[in-house]
Amino acid sequence: MKYALIDYTLHLADTTLILAQRNAEWCGHGPILEQDIAITNITLDLLGQSRNFYQYAASLIGHNASEDSLAYLRKEREFKNLLLVEQPNKDWGQTTLRQFLFSQFHFFLLEQLQKGNDTQLAAIAEKSIKETTYHVRWSSEWVIRLGDGTEESHQRMENAIEELWRYTDEMFTPVEYENESSVDFKELKTKWLNNVKKVFAEATLTIPENEFMQTGGKSGVHTEHLGYILSDLQYLQRTFPGATW
Amino acid sequence: MPVQNPEQIFQQKIEDELKIEPKDWMPDAYRKTNLRQISQHAHSEVVGMLPEGNWITRAPSLKRKAILIAKVQDEAGHGLYLYSAAETLGQSRDEMIADLHTGKAKYSSIFNYPSLTWADMGAIGWLVDGAAIINQVMLTRTSYGPYARAMVRICKEESFHQRQGFEILLVLSQGTDEQKAMCQDAINRWWWPSLMMFGPHDSESTHSEQSMQWKIKRKSNDELRQQFVDMIAEQIKVLGMKLPDKDLKWNAEKKHYDFGKINWDEFWNVVRGNGPCNKQRLDARRKAHENGQWVREAAIAYAEKRNEKNKSKVA
Repeated sequence: MKYALIDYTLHLADTTLILAQRNAEWCGHGPILEQDIAITNITLDLLGQSRNFYQYAASLIGHNASEDSLAYLRKEREFKNLLLVEQPNKDWGQTTLRQFLFSQFHFFLLEQLQKGNDTQLAAIAEKSIKETTYHVRWSSEWVIRLGDGTEESHQRMENAIEELWRYTDEMFTPVEYENESSVDFKELKTKWLNNVKKVFAEATLTIPENEFMQTGGKSGVHTEHLGYILSDLQYLQRTFPGATW
Repeated sequence: MPVQNPEQIFQQKIEDELKIEPKDWMPDAYRKTNLRQISQHAHSEVVGMLPEGNWITRAPSLKRKAILIAKVQDEAGHGLYLYSAAETLGQSRDEMIADLHTGKAKYSSIFNYPSLTWADMGAIGWLVDGAAIINQVMLTRTSYGPYARAMVRICKEESFHQRQGFEILLVLSQGTDEQKAMCQDAINRWWWPSLMMFGPHDSESTHSEQSMQWKIKRKSNDELRQQFVDMIAEQIKVLGMKLPDKDLKWNAEKKHYDFGKINWDEFWNVVRGNGPCNKQRLDARRKAHENGQWVREAAIAYAEKRNEKNKSKVA
C-alpha cells in the first residue's frame, strides 16, 4: 500500500515538475511580454505543486530523501511523468494545447484527490486546484483564439493536435500503483472529453478519431525527450555530487 | 500677475521639485532625453532576462529554480511598467521594440556578457542588480513623474534580487573548493563590467550636464560609481572573496575606497556591438518577436471576429 502511494505521489510530482521545466524554456522568449509573464506564472505554480508532492513523497520514503534528491538524483527509467508533458514546446500553439490537455485533466483529478482518503494529497490538491482553475481558463482561451484566429494559426493548432493527441489516453489508463488509488478514471475521462469537445468546437478544431494511443511514461518508459530534459535539470547535482546550493 | 511662458512654468516646476507629468508642456529635448533613457531602461530589463534565463532549466535545486524564475519574471514586469512610462512621452511600445531590433535603441551593455556558471546567477544579482539599484534609487526622485513612480515599484523588487544574488554567493563561498573557485571566478568576470554600468567618467559623459539641470539625474556617474564601490568593498568581506583590483584600498582622508583604472576601450567596444554576446542577445530578442508574429496576428484576428459577433448580436 505504502509503495503504491509513494509511486503515485512521485508520478504527480514528476508530471508537474517536467511540465514546469518545459514551460520554463519560454521565459524570456514569449510572443509578447504579457504572455511571457503569464506562462511563467503557470510555471511557478506547477513547480510549487511538484515541490509539495516531492516533499510528501520524501516524508513517506524517509532515509534522508528530500525534494531535491528525488528530483535531481533519480534516472530516466525512474521518472513517472506523463508522456504528454515531456513533449517539446515547438511553438506557442503546441505549448498552449499541451497545457490545455493537461490542465483540463489535472483539474478533475485534483477535484477527486481533494475528496480522497489521503489527507496530505487532499490538502495539496485543495491548494493546487485554485491555480489550476486559472490554468484551464488561460489555456482554453488560447486554444480558442488560435484555433479560430487566422488560417495559419488554425493549421498550427491542427498540427499540434496531430502531435499531442496520441499521448492523452495515458492520463486515463491506470498503471499498477494506481490500482489501489481511489481515482475514478472513467469519470475523469468523461468529464475531460466533454470539456475538450466544447472548447474544440468553439475553436473550430476537430478531435481525431481512432488514433493509436501511446503509454509508458507512468511506468518509466518514456519518449527520447526525457533524457535531455534530465540532463539539463540534473546537471549541477550530477557534476558536483553532495554539494549544497 | 505676470503671464509666464510655458518654458518658465516648466523650469519653475523643476526648481520647486514638482514632477513633470505627461500632459505638461516640456522642452522637446527633455521629452527626447526621457524617452531615450526610459525606453533604454525598459529594453535593459527585457534583454536582461536572457543571461539569467539561461540557467533556469539548470538551477541546482527546486528552491533556487523557483527563486530564479520569479526573479526573471519580475524583470519582464519591470519592462512592462517602463514601456508604459515611456509611452506617455508619445512613442508606442511597438516602435520602441522595432528600434531595439534594428539596433537604433541601446540597452545596458552589461547583458552582453555571457552567464557561464551557476555562480554568475549570484554575481549578476549581487553586482549587476546592486549597481542598478544605486542608479534606480536616485531615479525614484527623477523629475518626470511616470518614470519616478515606476522606479519606486521597481526598487522594492530589486532589493530582493540583490539579496538573493548575495545569498547564492554566500552559500558557494562556504561550500566545496570547486564552489569557492566558481564564486571567485564569477566575481572576477562581473566586477569590471559592473563598474562600467554607471557610464563614462563625468568629464566624458555627453548627456549628463543637461540631465542634472533638469533633475532627470541627481548624482553624477562618478558619484554613483563611488557609492557602489564603497558598498561592495565592504560586502565582499562577508564572502571572504577578493575583488580583482590590486589598487582597491580604503582612503582614510577621502573616506572612500580608491580603485583602479577602468578599461574604457572594452566599454566602448561592447557599446559598439562587439561584446561577447551582443549578437546572441539581439538575435534572441528578434527571434522571439518573429516567432510570436503569427500568435499576435491570430489574437488580433480573433478579437476582431469577436467584435463583429457582438455587434451583430446588439443589432
